[in-house]
Parts: sequence; C-alpha cells; structure tokens
Amino acid sequence: MRIVVAVKQVPDTAEVRIDEERGTLVREGVPSILNPFDEYALEEAMRWRDELGGTVTVMTMGPPQAEAVLREAVSMGADEAILLSDRAFAGADTWATSHTLAKAVEKMGDIDIVMTGKQAIDGDTAQTGPSIAASLDWPQITFVGFVRELNQESIVAERYVEGGCEVIRASLPVVITVLKDANTPRLPSLRGKMKSRKIEIPVWGREYLALPEHEVGLDGSPTRVVKITTPEIISNGEIHHGEPEKLAALLVDSLLGTEVH
Amino acid sequence: MNYYLSEELIDLKELCAKIAEKYILPVRAELDEENRFPREIIEVMAESDLNSIYIPEEYGGFAEMFGGGSMALTVATEELSKACAGVAVSYAANALGAMPILISGSEEQKKKYLPDLASGKKLAAFALTESEAGSDAGGVKTKAVKDGDTYILNGTKQWITNGGEAQVYTVIAQTDPSRGTRGLSAFIVEEGTPGFSYGKKEDKMGIRASSTMELIFEDCRVPAENLIAREGHGFLVAMKTLNKSRPGVAAQAVGIAQGALDEAAEYASERVQFGQRIDSFQGIQFMLADMATQVEAARALVYSTARMIDAGERKYDKESAMAKVFASDVAMKVTTDAVQILGGYGYMKEYPVEKMMRDAKITQIYEGTNQIQRSVIASALIKETAARGK
Amino acid sequence: MASIEVRKETCVGCGECVPACPFGAITMDDSLAVISDECTLCGACESSCSYGAIIIRTGETVETGIDQYSGILVLAEQRDGTIDHSTLELLGEARRLAEADDSSVSVVLLTEEAGDWPAELISYGADTVYLAEDAQLKHFRTEPFSKITEKLINEKKPAVVLAAATTTGRDLMPRIAKNLNTGLTADCTELSIDPESGGLLQTRPAFGGNILATIVCSDTRPQMATVRPRVMKAMDRDENRDGVIEKIELSSNDLVSRTEVLEFNSLDEGSVDITEAEVIVSGGRGMKSPENFALLQELANLLDGTIGASRAAIDAGWVSYPHQVGQTGKTVQPKIYIACGISGAVQHRVGMQSADIILAVNKDETAPIFEFCDVGFVGDLFEIIPLVIKEIKKRRK
Ligand SMILES: Cc1cc2nc3c(=O)[nH]c(=O)nc-3n(C[C@H](O)[C@H](O)[C@H](O)COP(=O)(O)OP(=O)(O)OC[C@H]3O[C@@H](n4cnc5c(N)ncnc54)[C@H](O)[C@@H]3O)c2cc1C
Ligand SMILES: Cc1cc2nc3c(=O)[nH]c(=O)nc-3n(C[C@H](O)[C@H](O)[C@H](O)COP(=O)(O)OP(=O)(O)OC[C@H]3O[C@@H](n4cnc5c(N)ncnc54)[C@H](O)[C@@H]3O)c2cc1C
Ligand SMILES: Cc1cc2nc3c(=O)[nH]c(=O)nc-3n(C[C@H](O)[C@H](O)[C@H](O)COP(=O)(O)OP(=O)(O)OC[C@H]3O[C@@H](n4cnc5c(N)ncnc54)[C@H](O)[C@@H]3O)c2cc1C
Ligand code: SF4
Ligand code: SF4
Repeated sequence: MRIVVAVKQVPDTAEVRIDEERGTLVREGVPSILNPFDEYALEEAMRWRDELGGTVTVMTMGPPQAEAVLREAVSMGADEAILLSDRAFAGADTWATSHTLAKAVEKMGDIDIVMTGKQAIDGDTAQTGPSIAASLDWPQITFVGFVRELNQESIVAERYVEGGCEVIRASLPVVITVLKDANTPRLPSLRGKMKSRKIEIPVWGREYLALPEHEVGLDGSPTRVVKITTPEIISNGEIHHGEPEKLAALLVDSLLGTEVH
Repeated sequence: MNYYLSEELIDLKELCAKIAEKYILPVRAELDEENRFPREIIEVMAESDLNSIYIPEEYGGFAEMFGGGSMALTVATEELSKACAGVAVSYAANALGAMPILISGSEEQKKKYLPDLASGKKLAAFALTESEAGSDAGGVKTKAVKDGDTYILNGTKQWITNGGEAQVYTVIAQTDPSRGTRGLSAFIVEEGTPGFSYGKKEDKMGIRASSTMELIFEDCRVPAENLIAREGHGFLVAMKTLNKSRPGVAAQAVGIAQGALDEAAEYASERVQFGQRIDSFQGIQFMLADMATQVEAARALVYSTARMIDAGERKYDKESAMAKVFASDVAMKVTTDAVQILGGYGYMKEYPVEKMMRDAKITQIYEGTNQIQRSVIASALIKETAARGK
Repeated sequence: MASIEVRKETCVGCGECVPACPFGAITMDDSLAVISDECTLCGACESSCSYGAIIIRTGETVETGIDQYSGILVLAEQRDGTIDHSTLELLGEARRLAEADDSSVSVVLLTEEAGDWPAELISYGADTVYLAEDAQLKHFRTEPFSKITEKLINEKKPAVVLAAATTTGRDLMPRIAKNLNTGLTADCTELSIDPESGGLLQTRPAFGGNILATIVCSDTRPQMATVRPRVMKAMDRDENRDGVIEKIELSSNDLVSRTEVLEFNSLDEGSVDITEAEVIVSGGRGMKSPENFALLQELANLLDGTIGASRAAIDAGWVSYPHQVGQTGKTVQPKIYIACGISGAVQHRVGMQSADIILAVNKDETAPIFEFCDVGFVGDLFEIIPLVIKEIKKRRK
C-alpha cells in the first residue's frame, strides 16, 4: 500500500490575536505549525501502513521553511517526504494548489491513496482534497470519520454528514479527507525524531513537475483575495437594562454581529 | 534559566511535555483518587522511545545521543513530574531497576535484558528494602542459597515501586549472612519464575498512580547466570545504582516544585481579594520569589550533577546526595507554600497543589532518606577535610 | 511568473499595508514598504495601499469569453426526497443578486423522485428548474452529480454557481470547479455584485474566523461559491411566480460511479463534546430546575450549539457532568458563550473566558459575570430567553 498524505504548514490561528485598536491581525510571535487536521490524516495512513505494509509519503507545497512540517511528520513515523517549492507556486488558490499536488502524486507513480486533512486552519476551505481527486480523476470520499476496511482493491469508509453517517465503498486509487473522529494521532518518537533530523527531503519545482507557468501559483489561480478585514468586535462590557423585549432583540443583534448567525 | 540543552535534549523535553499535556494532565486526579497504575501512559512513553534514553545504542537505546543518559533521564523525569510525580516515578523506576544490569551486568545479561527494557516491551523494578532493612541495607534477610546451577531465594521485599507491573526485577539478597553487607548479592528475577509472587499493593499518601508492592520469594529458583557481578558484590551494586539514580529522584522533586510554583503563580494572578489580584500583595510576591529562586537553585544543582555523571566522573556520591536532599527539601517547601497561596482552595482536591504536596513528601524518603543523605555528605566532607590536612 | 512589487516612487511610507498582510511579510524600511520572502502573493495588501504603490503582476490571462456567461445557478440539495432549507436560502440570495443586473435564477435538482419540489423551488425564486430524476440519484454520489452538473454548466453557461457549504456542497463543488478550470470560494457569508466590474464579490471568514476575506474570480466563469447555511434569507413563498421546468437528458455514462453508498445511519444527538462546540448556551443555579434547561436546549438547537453548565447546576443534578464548564470541568473556547443565570465565579470563568464572545443574562446587576462578559443583559432569563427564541425564529423566516 503506497499512501501519500498532503500536509500544510499553517500559522497557529488559535494564537492569532486581533489588534483591537487597528482592527488588524497580530501575527507577531505566532508559531507556524503542522495543520492540526493533517495529523489525523497522517495517523490514519500510518495505521494502515502498519497493518498492511507499504509506505507513507508526506508532501507539502510551500516555501522552503515548510520543510519543518515534513520533518515533524517523519518524526511521527512517515517514511518519506517531498517538498514542492518554487517561487512560481506562490499565491496558489485551491485550484492551483491541488493541481500542483496532483501532478506530484502522478510523478511519484503507483500511489494507492491520497489522504488530506479535513481543512487547513488558515485558508479554511476544505477544497484541496476533492480538487486533487478531480485533477487525478480519482474517486473521493470526503469528511471521513472512520475507515472500516482497506485492501488493495477498495476502501470502505464512514462519511460523517449532517445528521448521520454514510458508509461508502470506493475503488482504489482514491482520495480521502479525514476528520478528527477517525483516530488519535500518535506522538513523535525519539527514533522518528532522529530520522527526521537526518532524512533528505527532495525539493520538486515547477520545471521538475513539467507544469506550465499559467497552471501554478497566482497565475494559475482563478480566485484572488482582494480585501481582508477583521470582523467587527463587539465592545467589551456593554451592559443593557430595560424591557425584556428590548433585551431579547439586542441579544439577537449581538448574535448577528458574529459569524454564527 | 537557560541551561543550553542540546537539540536532542530539547526534543526530549518537548516530547515529555506533549505526553504530559495530552495523556497525563487529563487523568492525573483520577489516577491519584483511584490508586491506579497508568498502564496506557506507560505504553505511550514506550512507543515514544522514552525507555531507551539511558540505554546504550548497542542494546537498542539512545544514551550516546544524549551524551550518556543521566541528563536525559533528569530532563524527562522533571518534565513528567511537573504533571504527575506518580506517573513519573513509574517511568523512572524502570531506570532504577535496569541500573544494576547497566552498571555491573555481564555482556550476556545486557544482551538478554536491555533491548526489551529499552523498547519498553518489559518494565523493571529494583528490590532492596525489607521490613527490617530500610536505611540499613545490612538488615536484608532474604536469602539466596546456591544449589547446583541455581540459587534458591526465600524472603519478602517490601515497598517495591513497579512491583506487580514489571517483568524484570533486580533483587538484593543474602548469600552469606555471616558477612553482613559484604554477604549481599544481586540477582535478576523474572516475573513468572516459580516461587515468586506478589503481596499486597500499598495504599499511599502520595504518588498514588505508582504501584508499590511486596515481592514474595518462596523457594524461588533463579538460574545462577542471573547473579549480577559476583557473590558478595550486592551491596556495592546497590550503592552504585542508588548513587546514579538519585539525581532522578531530585529531578522528580524539581518537577513537582515547578508544577506547584506554576499553579500558585497563575492562581495568584487571577484571585482577587480586597479588590486586587493577590499577586499584588507583597506578602504573596515574596513567597513566589523565594519559591522560584529555590526551584532554580535545585534545578541547577541537579543538572550539574547529572552532567558530571555524563561527563564520566566516577565519584559523585556526595553531589548526588546533595542534589537529592536539596531538591526534595525544596519540593516540600514549595508545594506547602503553593497550598498556602491558594488558601482554602489549595486544600481542596479539586486543585492539584494538595496532591503535589503529598507527592513531594516521598522524595525526602525513598532512595535513601534525607538524613542518610546528609550523613553521606558529611562523611565525604570529613574525608575531604582529613585528606587536606595530610 | 507572478510577482509583487512596491513602486519606490509611489510609496509614501505610510505603513498602511503592514498590518494588512496576514502573513507578516511587509516591513517598513526607511519609509519604504519592503516585502519579504514570507509573501504568499495572497493579494490582501494591494487594495490596502491608497496610493496604488503595491502591484501584483500576473502572467497573461486568456479571457475565455466570459461575457457569454449570465445568470445564477443554484445546486439544490435533497435528502430522502426533501429539499434542504439551505437551498431556499440560496434561491433567496440568488434573487437578490440577480436584481443587480436583471439576470435569471435557475436551480438544478438531481433526485430519485421530485414530487412537488420543482414547483416549490419556483415559488421560492427559481425561474428555471433543471431536473433529472433517476433511481440512481437517490443518494448523493460525487461522480454522477458532478458529471451531470458540469455538463449542464457547460451548456447553460451561468455566470455564478452557488451551493450550500454542507458536506454535500463542499464535496461536490471543488470537484466541479477543478474540472471546469474555474475558481471556487468556500463557505461565504456575504455575496454582492461589484458595481464596477459586474463580478461577484465573495466574502468569507478564514484564519479560524479571525479575518474576513473578500475574494473575486475575475477571469474565469462561472464564479463558484459555497455559502454557509443559515446566513442568507429565503424569500417569502410566492405561489404565483412563473417558471419553467426543464428535464435533463441523462446518458448511462453520467451515472457511472466508482463509489457506492452501502448504508446510511442516523446519528443520535446529544453525544456532543462541548470543547468542540462553536456555540454554548450555559445555565447555572439561576435555571432553578432541570426542566428549565429545555429552554436553553431549544436556543442551542437554533444556533447549532450545545448545552453547558456551572458546577452549581451540575451538583444539583440538573445536567450531567460532561457539560460542566470551569476549573473542574471542561475548558471551552466557543465562538459564542451565552451564560444564563450564572454568577461568574472565578472557577467558572477560567473555563470559558477564552470564548470569542461572552453574552450574559442575569437579574443581578452586580453579578461578577458582568465584569468580563462582552455584552450583558440585566433581567430575568425566564422572560428574556423565550423572547430570544421567538425573535430568532422570526428573523429566520
Ligand atoms: C484568507 C484566505 C482566504 C482564502 N480563500 C480561498 C477560497 O475561498 N478559495 C480558494 O480557492 N482559495 C482560497 N485561499 C487560498 C487557499 O488558502 C490556498 O489555496 C491553500 O493553498 C489551500 O487551501 P486551504 O488553506 O483552504 O486548505 P484546505 O483545502 O482547507 O486543506 C485541506 C487539506 O488539503 C491539504 N493541503 C492544503 N494545502 C496544502 C499544501 N499547500 N500542501 C500540501 N497539502 C495541502 C491538507 O491536507 C489540508 O488538510 C484563501 C487564502 C487565504 C489566505
Ligand atoms: C512509596 C515508596 C516506594 C519505595 N520504592 C522502593 C523501591 O522501589 N525499592 C526499594 O528497594 N525500596 C523502596 N522503598 C523503600 C525506601 O527506599 C525506604 O523506605 C527508605 O530507604 C527508608 O527506609 P525505612 O522506610 O525503613 O525507614 P527507616 O530506615 O526505618 O528510617 C526511619 C527514620 O529514621 C531515620 N534514620 C534511620 N537511620 C538513621 C541514621 N543512621 N541516622 C539518622 N537518621 C536515621 C530515617 O531518616 C527516618 O527518618 C520505597 C518506599 C516507599 C515509601
Ligand atoms: C474547588 C472548587 C472548584 C470549582 N469548580 C467549578 C467549576 O469547574 N465550574 C463551575 O462552574 N464552578 C466551579 N466551582 C463553583 C464556583 O465557585 C461557583 O460556586 C459556581 O460556579 C456557581 O455557580 P452559578 O453561577 O450557577 O451559581 P450562583 O453563584 O448561585 O449564581 C446564580 C446566578 O443566577 C442568577 N439568577 C438567579 N435567577 C435568575 C433569573 N431568573 N434570571 C437571571 N438570573 C438569575 C443570580 O443572580 C446569580 O448570579 C468550584 C468551586 C470550588 C470550591
Ligand atoms: S500602504 Fe502603500 S504607500 Fe503606504 S507604505 Fe505601504 S506601499 Fe507604501
Ligand atoms: S501579497 Fe499577501 S502575503 Fe504578500 S505581502 Fe501582500 S498581503 Fe502579504
């Protein structure tokens, strides 16, 4: 079984604070981490490797420093790592990201499964996984909460959806996106840490993947961010008195000021 | 204070902190309450290779990577103890049990036992204490009588950490009662050996997650090849073992103290009385300042001792006694003060500091009481003075 | 290759762009903005510079006849023969957007048996319903649904395609967008038409809700977006609306799938982990009885949230321990924490103070909770909460 896990380096958004005066994001001192959702994808991949044999390869597309998350994945038990890095990859949206990642999977050859996290905590789109499946023209199972069976031909997985769970069988090769429910990720081991310090990580660029400029990075991205703002912050410690009707209406207003409406 | 730990030690520390956060903190109160051995956590530690940090590479360990192993064990034990000393001692007792083999075992014994101990497949324990033999190891009554190519063991060991959980026991027994401590010998006894059984599990004041048990030997036949070193060397093996492991107890103490200090400082920054945070009162500030200073001093002494051992120094009984005495006294003082800072809340089981105070106490007692350690220090001092006088 | 540049002559060194960068890639060097390698070319700084000093250059873009595209297509979502409410919300939003350029709204419904739904979709704002009925469309399956929809889009050329940001929409839309070589914006909470370009401005939270990003898809069509459920408003049902129903011809190839649904199991609610909840409605001793927690449960359901409680309520046996928030309970970090009849003792506070927004209802004006909540309401919760529930239902209509 050859499994590829796509992992992303992200700012720890739990540590991101908002400068209330300027209404901007304070990123100073915010550490870059392995996208927490990706740990579950990695664990799932390693569990099946441990059971069925084979290899787990982690890949990430990002700047040179994104190598750190690959080393972390190796310290947890991944066998190989590949860094997709090139100035030309910068500015990629999910179309260009998945396009590049899919090309790398093709380049590796003979891959049975690609696993991704449910979503990245910065971009938050959850689009990369299914888009990789589209690029490869493989079937996909998204929002997988449990993998019931896996063998050389097929996979049976539980897909957690609104109000229930679908049990889906898909033929291999396949792309799955993994939820936190699937497992408990293992911790790194010292053996893994030692390996991760030594392992050579190949860097694949645009030319190596034979991708034209207009299919990668910003040039290959149909979407563009044109503006970033911070959500309105409700001022601290407003205390309202008055008729219950008025208070209820104000309470609902303050719910609407947030993104959970 | 920055101790300029190596990259490897920093990795190790981070790994232990992760284990503590993910696996120990959520259950420590429960383990304490239920007197329950943390088998799952011990497994996680083994999977993370923590049992291999003091074992040389040729036996499946990583000691060389950490420059010897003492410092690694110190750092790991301290970090785990911050969260729960009961779990930490269950981990560290493996090192104590393995130490006689590491220090004095034959090549065959090392090859046979160390790899499984390094991988965590097996756990170890060290058994010296008996009802009549506490501070005075010469009081050991457990007998080992040679019979052909076996020794027959009879007697009862008490208060053995990891008893009932370990698979490999290093046991000190009398082979020649007429010679006192010079008649003691050390043996490796495996779980399941006929005639070897467990007695009662103790109900303790602190470190309740750890298992403390009686070991009972009734005509228990142990192969002669399980004798460590030679007959009559048991006392020496035990003393060397304890000298080397004592910084580990000191590290536990530093960890407990640091954990309590962290709790107290945080609480003091939140608790409001008389309309202000209690950490704005000088009375509290001075207590916190003293606690922090003591913890740092203890840590500095413990690290220096561990580094000295790793550097290859052969004589460190005085330093290792000093580290243990000082750090354990600090732990007792700091945890008591932490309870004081939390006031009535500190006295309640819902907060972790009362447990830390109970846990701290043992560090003054086991692996040689602090009184015994002070005599060790004093006699070393007297010898040094005498030597200077010559 | 795309690149970013600060025009030295134009940059006045005002520093406005520095905080606009979510990646901390801009620093000021001697009154000139300097962009480091951390830059991901995300584009956020370009519009922050009032002087037009930041320029992001892209390679040549081939305009693929985008003016052939018009109108808005909504992907309907159904389960067990019932249309999800989110579809009606999308239709309402599509209608609103369509007014801007007087275009049309269509909806595609793939199902086993449509029943009255096509007419219903027209009543809720569709001008055209594209309908495919087949036993094999009973359950959502990615491949047939994406193939059929892609063919329809290629044929009808809508300028905008919307789907709900449900597990279905988020599975289907990325696949379609990738295959059609166009852009997709995830989980939008606001849509509008740019009056200048006529393009769709798609606004969505990112960075764990810390920021709102506005995204455009200027050079390719359709412009695709998934939209967060319960954000947009459905229009009032209007039986008199006119519309057409157009059947989609299916070929057997359209229905081929490499996945199959083996079973569907409904999940029983209630086993929620409060530490994962985005909304927590929490009650304390002020709730007075276990029965009264039903009120909070109702509010929580409306907000897709869950129930929390103070220790006083737990100790009284009104709610089970897994719901306890605080020192000896769970530490929670929801987007919204609504504290009802909770005084705000420090042991409670430590468990919930990192909620993004804390709302508190308490009849005692001097309760400590009012010292650290974001918005406080002084009054009787038994009067206020039922009115809140009523108000939410009213506004959702
Ligand atoms: C504020 C903001 C808003 C954005 N909004 C959109 C948008 O609406 N539409 C859009 O197309 N793009 C958007 N982007 C761009 C998007 O973040 C990037 O394309 C990103 O590379 C992938 O998307 P994601 O972060 O949402 O990851 P997701 O799609 O949420 O990630 C899912 C999984 O895919 C894998 N994965 C994701 N990125 C990588 C990677 N670089 N390398 C390896 N594996 C990876 C991981 O396993 C991850 O768990 C936005 C970017 C920002 C900064
Ligand atoms: C939880 C726990 C775990 C343990 N784990 C192990 C283990 O794994 N393996 C093992 O072998 N043992 C273990 N022990 C035993 C431990 O090492 C002994 O308890 C310790 O050595 C002290 O012995 P004692 O309790 O018999 O005290 P005693 O020796 O009876 O001492 C009683 C008091 O007299 C003092 N005292 C004794 N002699 C002198 C002296 N010469 N001068 C001044 N004061 C003196 C002592 O300091 C002490 O205050 C454990 C004990 C406990 C409680
Ligand atoms: C060691 C220890 C650990 C603890 N751990 C926790 C913990 O984990 N979590 C926790 O929550 N607590 C904990 N506590 C308890 C904590 O100190 C408080 O006692 C508890 O939080 C109080 O709960 P309460 O706010 O619901 O009740 P109260 O303090 O009695 O407050 C009830 C509030 O309801 C208001 N009220 C009454 N009727 C109405 C009405 N009709 N409309 C509006 N408002 C009304 C009142 O004005 C009052 O403010 C702990 C305590 C100790 C000592
Ligand atoms: S906002 Fe524009 S003018 Fe101001 S510093 Fe940045 S680039 Fe220069
Ligand atoms: S393009 Fe984005 S990442 Fe680059 S400098 Fe501008 S805001 Fe920062």
